[in-house]
Amino acid sequence: MGTYRSKIVILILLIISFVTYSILLYESDSKQSAPPNKLAQKGRVLWQEKNCTACHQLYGLGGHLGPDLTNVYERRSEDYIKSILHTGTVVMPDFKLNEQEIEEFVEFFKYINSTGNADPKSYKKHLDGTISQ
Amino acid sequence: MEQFRSNRDYTIIFIKAGLLFLLSTLLFGLLGALEYVIPGFLKDVFTFEKIRPLHVSSAIFWILTCAIGGVLFYVREEHNGIFKLPNFPKIIFFILAITFSSILVSYIFGIFGGREYWEFDPIFTIPISIGWGLFIYAFITNMKTLKNQPVYIWMWFTGAVFFLFTYLESNSWILPQIRNNLVKDMTIQWKSYGSLVGAWNQLIYGTSIYLMDKIAGDKKYSFSKIAFALYFLGVFNLMFNWGHHVYLLPTHAYVKHIGYLVSMTELVLFGRIIYLWRSSLSTAKRNFHIVPFKFLFAADVWVFLTLALAILMSIPVLNLYMHGTHIIVGHTMGATIGINTMLLLAFAYDIIGFRKNDSKKIYYGYWTINLSLIIFWISLIVAGVMKAYYQFNMPEMSYGVMINQLWPWFLLFLTSGICMIIGFVLVIFPLFKNKN
Ligand code: HEC
Ligand code: HEM
Repeated sequence: MGTYRSKIVILILLIISFVTYSILLYESDSKQSAPPNKLAQKGRVLWQEKNCTACHQLYGLGGHLGPDLTNVYERRSEDYIKSILHTGTVVMPDFKLNEQEIEEFVEFFKYINSTGNADPKSYKKHLDGTISQ
Repeated sequence: MEQFRSNRDYTIIFIKAGLLFLLSTLLFGLLGALEYVIPGFLKDVFTFEKIRPLHVSSAIFWILTCAIGGVLFYVREEHNGIFKLPNFPKIIFFILAITFSSILVSYIFGIFGGREYWEFDPIFTIPISIGWGLFIYAFITNMKTLKNQPVYIWMWFTGAVFFLFTYLESNSWILPQIRNNLVKDMTIQWKSYGSLVGAWNQLIYGTSIYLMDKIAGDKKYSFSKIAFALYFLGVFNLMFNWGHHVYLLPTHAYVKHIGYLVSMTELVLFGRIIYLWRSSLSTAKRNFHIVPFKFLFAADVWVFLTLALAILMSIPVLNLYMHGTHIIVGHTMGATIGINTMLLLAFAYDIIGFRKNDSKKIYYGYWTINLSLIIFWISLIVAGVMKAYYQFNMPEMSYGVMINQLWPWFLLFLTSGICMIIGFVLVIFPLFKNKN
């Protein structure tokens, strides 16, 4: 580790592994049952434009003032989701969404739900510390 | 030396601007915590979807601005006051300061890109990348080579370059091929975030090693084998440990296994801290009267606590319980306040200095921050543990009822947060006074 040469070699090896790993990830597609349709894609953009992630999580990642919404489509009825989006709640603001936008959100939730299950209880725990579904 | 400490020194202006972002972090943190304690507080005027990005982005801007200012200042100090491309600090400052401030204003108007941490419109990526690119260019022009350089130069170099790469990578959602596959998008998003935080830590830890050498009066450590071994361990983790963010995402299993295995190498750091604690303590006793050292020491203690929690969080079985709870918030703020902010304040005090008659204020401020941070940290962890318990054992409990149960801990979080803000104010204001 002492010489300049060995340090540079280690750094370059690390960089090469990192780049290889990155390319691998970019190339390999995560499986999904179906890609999002047009409405869901719009819902996705709206999700970001309204910054819903400040309070909500998807797969446990996001802000922490509201619940995780990965499987809200399965947990709740469409009507329930629509009515919450119409009015907001004590904490959640009313975003004054129109019917079209509400449809887009519902489609987006339907799509997310199809990508997997984020309920921590659905995982099996293994002795080596890993988990699987 | 004196001429560089004049009002026109942009490395110092960087640090003072950073301190203003820190004040903004505190203001919006306070408003955010109030929304936790008083449900619906300010709901119709200034909602959490604005306050959270204002808080979190301000925190990131404080970290980045002060980190760059520190690196530029010390690079020049290392070259006996000579900085090639002398106009660059000013140019970089204006590009980044204007961009960062515009981002905060854009949030107030409700304009979002809506990604965690970088919640601003992706158009701002252009000036940020230009400013950062100039920073890298100025750094390389001044350093020229890595040959025979101490470890902190390697760290600054790695941090600066990787930051730009991973920041650009975090924008990959703009491409429809990525955006239209949620799981792939989130995998790459958290890959980039993991490395990004690692990159700014390289900048900041590098500077802290520089400063420690300066206080100790020799550079033995910076050229030592152990320093380089730890540096490579850091880079290795920066590149490959991010899988621990996405254990619950249905992404490739190998991502999670690599993340788990690599994260466990951090046990080496943890073991080393325990092994060295006696000698660390005696160094601390010797130097504790030096203000920048005080902050370096606080950061050491927080490294220990944060690392312990981080290692636990990196074990998938435990992560399963902690994921999506306030334990994560406690961890993130513990690290950005306890480690990053303490180190940055050490640099600020070393670079700017203070008036003798402010010593008492700094002393009380320092202890107020650190004692309240412990309570702040614990309150979030307890709230998180309770949430995890309810999630696993009382799945029928509604979200609202669950949050009600956590309320006392949120109140403690708010109260300790307010005390911490008072501590910060005591510590920050002496840095804005004229030294003469
Ligand atoms: C200020 C924080 C906040 C923001 C911003 C926010 N929400 Fe909410 N949301 C909440 C809270 C809190 C709840 C839980 C309400 C309850 O159970 O009392 C909730 C509940 C929901 C629910 C019902 C979940 C369930 O299981 O009952 C949906 C759907 C939802 N939000 C969608 C959205 C969307 C879409 C956006 C962005 C347009 C959004 N939210 C923005 C705080 C927020
Ligand atoms: C130097 C000071 C601070 C820094 C650097 C900082 C940094 C951060 C960061 C990085 C996050 C994101 C956490 C995550 O995603 O897990 C965050 C969240 C938050 N912080 Fe701070 N913070 C600071 C001080 C404060 C103070 C003093 C308060 C309260 C009084 C506060 C309240 C909050 C709140 C309410 C959240 C949102 C949590 C959530 O719902 O996800 N912060 N902070």
